[in-house]
Amino acid sequence: MADISINFAGIKSPNPYWLASAPPTNTGYQVQRAFEAGWGGAVWKTLGEPILNVTSRFGAHHFNGQRVAGFNNIELISDRPIEDNLKEIYETKKLFPKHVIIASLMVEPQREKWHEIVKRVQDVGVDGIELNLGCPHGMSERGMGSAVGQHPDLVEMTTMYAKEAAEVPVITKLTPNITDITATAKAAARGGADAISLINTINSLIGVDLDTWNTIPNVNGKGAHGGYCGPAVKPIALNMVGECARNPEVNIPISGIGGISTWQDTVEFMLMGAGGVQICTAAMHHGFRIIDDLTEGLENYLDEKGIDSLSGIIGKSVDKYTDWSNLDLNHKVVARINNDVCINCNKCHIACEDTSHQCIEMLKDENGNDILRVREEDCVGCNLCSIVCPVDGAIDMIDLTPTEPPMSWNDRQAAIQTLEKR
Amino acid sequence: MSDLLKNFISGEVLTKNFEESKPSFNSQEALDEANRCLYCYDAPCITACPTGIDIPGFIKKIASGNVKGSAKTIMESNPVGASCARVCPTEELCEGACVLNHSTKPIPIGDLQRFSTDWAIQNEAILFKAGKKNGKTVAIIGSGPAGLSTARELARLGYEVTIYEAKEEAGGLDTFGIVPFRLPKEISLWEVEQVKQLGVEIRTNTEVGKDIYADELVEQYDAVVLSVGMSKVPMLGIEGEELEGIYDAIDLVERTKNGDYPKEFIGKRVAVIGAGNTAIDGATTSVRLGAENVKILYRRTEAEMTAYDFEYEFAKQDGVEFRWLTNPKRLIGDGDGRITQMECIRMELKGSGADGRPRPVEIEGSEFLMDVDIVVKAIGQTRYEKLIEAFGLEHKDGVIMVDSDTFVTSNPKVYAAGDVIFGKGNGEAMVVTAAQQGKETALAIHERFKESAMESVY
Repeated sequence: MADISINFAGIKSPNPYWLASAPPTNTGYQVQRAFEAGWGGAVWKTLGEPILNVTSRFGAHHFNGQRVAGFNNIELISDRPIEDNLKEIYETKKLFPKHVIIASLMVEPQREKWHEIVKRVQDVGVDGIELNLGCPHGMSERGMGSAVGQHPDLVEMTTMYAKEAAEVPVITKLTPNITDITATAKAAARGGADAISLINTINSLIGVDLDTWNTIPNVNGKGAHGGYCGPAVKPIALNMVGECARNPEVNIPISGIGGISTWQDTVEFMLMGAGGVQICTAAMHHGFRIIDDLTEGLENYLDEKGIDSLSGIIGKSVDKYTDWSNLDLNHKVVARINNDVCINCNKCHIACEDTSHQCIEMLKDENGNDILRVREEDCVGCNLCSIVCPVDGAIDMIDLTPTEPPMSWNDRQAAIQTLEKR
Repeated sequence: MSDLLKNFISGEVLTKNFEESKPSFNSQEALDEANRCLYCYDAPCITACPTGIDIPGFIKKIASGNVKGSAKTIMESNPVGASCARVCPTEELCEGACVLNHSTKPIPIGDLQRFSTDWAIQNEAILFKAGKKNGKTVAIIGSGPAGLSTARELARLGYEVTIYEAKEEAGGLDTFGIVPFRLPKEISLWEVEQVKQLGVEIRTNTEVGKDIYADELVEQYDAVVLSVGMSKVPMLGIEGEELEGIYDAIDLVERTKNGDYPKEFIGKRVAVIGAGNTAIDGATTSVRLGAENVKILYRRTEAEMTAYDFEYEFAKQDGVEFRWLTNPKRLIGDGDGRITQMECIRMELKGSGADGRPRPVEIEGSEFLMDVDIVVKAIGQTRYEKLIEAFGLEHKDGVIMVDSDTFVTSNPKVYAAGDVIFGKGNGEAMVVTAAQQGKETALAIHERFKESAMESVY
């Protein structure tokens, strides 16, 4: 059986699954239940000056009958007295010494305040500290959370403040509500962060009620933007993790967060450079019991691949993630339809006909049966047909044998320049 | 169904027995199934539907919450779409063609269609409006699926349509001829209302040939459509047919549609003769009327039975027994003229008859007696030959001969659609086929008059 324990920035965890700082880690009771269920760690719901919350708080984006494709919240950091949280962190760590507890912290961007809170959580035995510089709603209006996280200089400074007092690893959590995530990732690294975690939630409004015209959710008829997370944000998060992982100026461990719901998502984030992952929405949708499949699926995957530990996958796809200008312009892929598997829904045909390159024909075979065929000379290999196809194996995207050597845009521009020089 | 086995059935239980047997989808079921639809392009379910309903379209509208639009899509293509949602042999049509048969399981299209049309019924949705009058008049004889469908389309095109209906209520087969536990009468009557609110006049209790003559109609109207369907079950032609306890299945179903439940079935042994759609209706009706034992007798076998698979299943679930290769020879009564026994004979299949179906032949000396209290005849339906002759139309044994594209009869002013042209190798006696023929007849009439008509909606 493969070993799925991790050592993340010096923090040892029995598995790569931590609960993200959020409603599931609000109390000792919850975190202890999570550890009993098998979660490797928990990032405690952000501590700071206790705040007031509103009702209601959550909204979700449902799609085609699928509940919670995306999830939105306007809940703030912990609204419980800091002493209660510290006491429960202490008790929980005593009960589960091998499990990881990270204290998520958010205070005003002042040196003394950070020093004070860092020391207080260290005293109760946390394994690490996560700086919440990403919360996009509420706290940001008070100059905290993403108000800090959107300014690289403030990210660097705040990280530095925390590091000055910290004896345990410091993880800087980044907001995605920024044009270039690597700007703040580099700032965190410059500030001395031991790791970064990303992404926090994305500014969002889930919807508007068609009858009342109120926002969803609404608080007594008014709404405010919330933070978006859940499966829908996974591709955004994965890109940001990949961009940080391949940036040589970041070069610190990454805790992957954002829509991770399955062991497959976990493998993808780790391949793209995450040293561990944090999960929230999937647990909020289904409960802590999902950890069973998350860990077992990951172990089985590694076993099937003949890999004995997670170090065998972490970052293995980072080199494959590059700029568009490095992609091979001479590479050709075309769609091929397997008519023995195809169920003739014709979705590929209409998608291609109306919205792509008009190269899938609806024909009859010699026995008069309906078949679909790709005119390969017109196919641009866009994948659209295979994306809309509802049946696995009905459409293959085939690599054609190259007729010319690989050439990227960069290669091409370099070649043109060489020619011009002559 | 245990109540059915007791010798006493309260009126309440009887009424309940005849309520629609299949529950309708709730919103969540409808949504779940609608979301499962792939929304195929050039979908085979559309091709398989005789009326060509845009099935993926109406299903997606359920998924989006546009149920009114969904109902309109259905009713646009099929003026009796609410009835068809219940009575169509969907596994042989749309659901049988669903591409998901090749991967998971087909979409329950009939149930979804019922969900949308039920919504329209409950919400009293107005889906269509009459076209601007174009000055042309059409008489339609018979208000069943074919007649209603023709009327609906003509009214939308601006024709002034009058329907002549011999019975006290309109709707024909859907109102009177299909068991209420599959098709409640009010569904059919809603479809009638839909047509009436387009300004179509329906003269009920008006029998052509008695209250008004064929010649007058042909004279008074620009066109006449004959959509009278079929008539009663024919005589078995055997001894004892006049005895008490012999029922015509069509009559029996009609009584129950009107809420009149004959009491004498309770605890009785019933034999139904025939194995078509009406035989199944007769048998399952007998069960619901409290019969203790119901047998279907058929002179051929399961393989030749014309009832649909789902009907066969339905009857078996009701506990109906099937006696294949069995034919009645003689009905035997007691001294009071009530049937008590039936002499039957065993059959075998030999070669094939003129229609290409295996020919049942009596096995000599295989006669036997069967104790019965009630016999329900369901061996087919007779034709309205007299009426057809009154119009002077060319026909074969009561099946009107029409041009297959225009539905025009041997009289160029007279058209015919529905069961009245079914038979002799022509089409299927399905409600949905009649609906489509009605649409096509209306279009053919319009094709003929559109030049001379003052205006039309299209």
